[in-house]
This record gives sequence, C-alpha cells and structure tokens, in this order.
Amino acid sequence: MAEAKVESMVTKALNAAWVRPFLFLIFIVVAWDFAIRIFKIPAYQIPAPADVVAVLFNDWPELLRQAWPTTYATILGFLLSAAFGIPVAMLIAGSRTIESYIYPLLVFSQSVPKVAIAPLFVVWFGFGIIPKVIAAFLLGFFPVVVSAVQGFKSVDLDMIDLARAMQGSRFQVFCAVNLPHAMPAIFSGLKVSVTLAVVGAVVGEFVGSNSGLGYVMQRSIGTFDLPTMFAALVILALLGVILFWIVDRIERLVIPWHVSRREEIVFAS
Amino acid sequence: MQPVTKVTADQPGAHLRLVSDRTDTGKPGIKLKGVSKTYRSRDGDVPSLQPLDFHINQGEFFVVVGPSGCGKSTLLKMISGLLPPSTGEILVEGEQVTKPHGNVGIVFQNALLLPWRSILSNVMLPIDMKRLPRAKYLARAQQLLKLVGLEGFEKKLPWQLSGGMQQRASICRALVHDPKIMLMDEPFGALDAMTRERMNVELSRIQRETGKTVLLITHSIPEAVFLADRVLVMTERPGAIAAIYDVPLPRPRSLDVMADPIFTELVQRIRKHFFTQGALD
Repeated sequence: MAEAKVESMVTKALNAAWVRPFLFLIFIVVAWDFAIRIFKIPAYQIPAPADVVAVLFNDWPELLRQAWPTTYATILGFLLSAAFGIPVAMLIAGSRTIESYIYPLLVFSQSVPKVAIAPLFVVWFGFGIIPKVIAAFLLGFFPVVVSAVQGFKSVDLDMIDLARAMQGSRFQVFCAVNLPHAMPAIFSGLKVSVTLAVVGAVVGEFVGSNSGLGYVMQRSIGTFDLPTMFAALVILALLGVILFWIVDRIERLVIPWHVSRREEIVFAS
Repeated sequence: MQPVTKVTADQPGAHLRLVSDRTDTGKPGIKLKGVSKTYRSRDGDVPSLQPLDFHINQGEFFVVVGPSGCGKSTLLKMISGLLPPSTGEILVEGEQVTKPHGNVGIVFQNALLLPWRSILSNVMLPIDMKRLPRAKYLARAQQLLKLVGLEGFEKKLPWQLSGGMQQRASICRALVHDPKIMLMDEPFGALDAMTRERMNVELSRIQRETGKTVLLITHSIPEAVFLADRVLVMTERPGAIAAIYDVPLPRPRSLDVMADPIFTELVQRIRKHFFTQGALD
C-alpha cells in the first residue's frame, strides 16, 4: 500500500512540466562529462562541467554584474521592436499602398547580416549601451512584424462587414475585431523576438563594448578561459528562458480565450 | 400583413404564376429600383447583377434562391449599405441607402462569433458598435437568448457551444439592436441536415414573434419554400430575376408542410428553372 503511494508520487513528480527538461539537462551534463573523460578532450577545447559550475559558484557576483547590462539592452531592444513592429504591421496590413512600398524593403533589409553592420553602430554611437540596444532591436523587429501582419490580415472579411454594417467606425472595428484577432499571432512573434533580442544584445557586445556577458565571453576566449566563457553562456541561456517565460505568462493573461489555452479553461471552470 | 394575396381554395394555381401578383402594400420595407452591380477588375468590367426591380413588404419573409455566383451576396451587401450599387437606388424603410445605416441585422453562413467574447457579450456587439446604452439593451439581449433557447449559456465562450447553438447566438446578435430588417446569407448552410431543419422551424417562429422583415439567401429550394412568403428565383451570373413565386402555405408551418402538394409542386417548379439553365450547385 505504502509502496504504491510512493510510486504514484514518483510518477506525479515525473509528470510535472519542469521535471522532464530538467532530467534531460542532467543527462546532457553527464554525457558531456563522460565524453570529456573518455575522449580525453583537453580543457582548453571543452571545459569539464565541474569547472564551469565552479566558476559559476565562485565568480557569480562578477557574472551577475555583467549580466545586468546585457539584460538591460535586451529588454530595451525587445520593447523597441514591439513598439515599432506592431504599428508598422498595422500600417502594412491596413494599406496595400504602404505594403507595396515597405514590405519588400523590410524583407530586403532582413537579409543584411546584422553582425556585419554592428561595428557601424559602434562608430556612430560609441561603446555605450546604444549599439547593443540597436542590435537587439534589429534582430527582434522582423519576427514581430511578420507575425503581426499575418495576424492582422487573417481576419474574416465577413466579420469586418458585419461590424461595419452596425455603423462601427474604422477605429472601433479595429479595436473590437482586428486587434484582438491578431493578438495570438503578435505574441508568437514576440516570443521569437525576445530570444533573438538576447542574441542581438550579445552581438552588440561582441563588436564593441566593455561590459556585458558578450564582453565577458569575448575576453575569456582571448585568454583561453573556457570555463568562464561557458559560465557566461549558461547565464545567457537562462536569461533567454526567463524572458521567454515572462512573455508567455503575459500571453496567458492577455489571450486566455485562445485555442492553445482551452484545456486550461475547461479545468478551471 | 399581406391581405392582398391570401390565396384560398378558389385560386388553386395562384402559386404557379411566374411573377407574384403581390402588390407593394405601400408600407416601408425594402425597395429596389433598377439596382445593378458591375465590378471593376483588371480584365475589364464584370457584371454581377443585372438591373433588379422588386420590393419586400414590411414583415415579409422573402427568400432568394439562385446558383452560386449569381450575385446574391452582393445584393445583401448593397442593401446593408456596405457596397454602393452601380446603378439604381435602394430604399430601406423609405430612405435611400448610401452608407451603412445600421437598420439591418446580418447573419452569415458562419456564426462569426468573436472567440474572446462571451455569448452575451457577442450578442451585445452591435450595441457597442452603435454606441447605444449597454444597460438598456442588456435585458433585451438576455430575452433574445431565452427566445432562441440559449438561456444559461450567456457566460460561455463561443467554442463551448455546438454549431447550431452558435448560429442561434448570431441570430440574437442580428436582432439585439431591434433593426427592422434581417439579412441572412445562407445562415444554415454550415449545419448538418437535421439541425438545419430544426433551425428552419425555429427561424420561422422567431420571425413570426418578432415581426421582422427577413431577406434570406439560400441554395436549398425546399428550405426556401418552407420559410418564404415569397421566393425570388435568380438566374446565373450576371444575376437577374427569373421568377417571383408566392408561397400560399398557411402559418405556422411545421415540417409536415413539406408533404403538402402545393409545397412539392412549388419545389419542382423552382427546380425546373435551374435544370433548364443547366446549373444547380
């Protein structure tokens, strides 16, 4: 009896959403450690997990201090890409003329490698936070626009006719129909955007900065201090996960009615 | 409502007259004078509707049947003021239509309920759009939901309801601002055959209880005859009037009416229009 109870608790714990990726992570770390031991990979090529953990443990005040500018630049860049991306998408979806002028250029600009032009921002704006924010913004901007345009355009035209036949003004119809309808698409764009913004901020730090996790990585590679570099990577990944999670939480609050959330509503009611 | 054509036993062939002799009662309803529509496209002008002249009396149940693409939906959009006619004029309640006038309730083939609004809130959409006092119409919305048998579903989200129930809610939405006219574009086309029959009986009842003027578009000839006071048969594109038939069946009608000789005769008669045209889809 007691055994069965323990067993059910174990299965319950196994089924918790966060446990599975965590277990997989442990598996990867163990495999990593074994691979280094078995193939005798030297520490200057790949550090052992224990060394990385040691750095994380010993240098965490310094790493945390360096994580702050990166986080700051990421969030600023992400907010900018949302603040510009959504209105631009509205314009593109709202007017054929604007779409024909802007959209092809937008796609074209997206093919320009941001890493290659990032040094330009350093030339223009110096070694401060601005080049990082711009790099984060440029990487995060495009997915927001593409998803939001698709969201705004996929409204059922009969629905618009219906609302207009009730003498709704263009603005009223937009707020009551188009905008809520586009929300799920906008959020999927924002989720892609927030993770890309992290990449953008790090790219900005690579090319010219004296602070941030990108700068830490750049510096530690120069001195073959791979454990530190990997520690910075771990923190970067964590940063991406946390920001993604925050956007996901906001999405749940804003569009609880969406198809992907239906199961939860049924359970809640 | 229509004292002119109460067809009785001494006029057995009245419903087979090609053009209804039901005269304009003079009461405001819908009136079309030489209304046509031509779409501009890259390949030149595409005529969608040939000039149409007909009237729909107040409180009448008027059904339009026709093959796909004969411009039925264009007609509906023009009457609601969403689309200007190329020629002619449309009068709704005696006033010429130039822009959306809000005096119509529209029901489409899909219920088109907003998934983020509750059923009650969906029904209230026209009130929000027209900026009418919410408090005043809330009771009416609840009353309408009761009328269509959706009492107790006010707080549900649309996806929690079946297709038939969703369509009932969209009928409530079309009625909540108390328009004189209801425009319905194949309202039950997406429902299964059994639900569809039941909805037809319900719609008949709702129309009688609310006294609205209804213009309904359908592909189904039996449905048209079952619901209508008059049936307008349209030709293929560009659409024109092939015939207007009276339906002299008494109301209220139950599904048994479909076995009535007048019903079957009329259905056959209308079907012939499409077979001689060679298109029925």
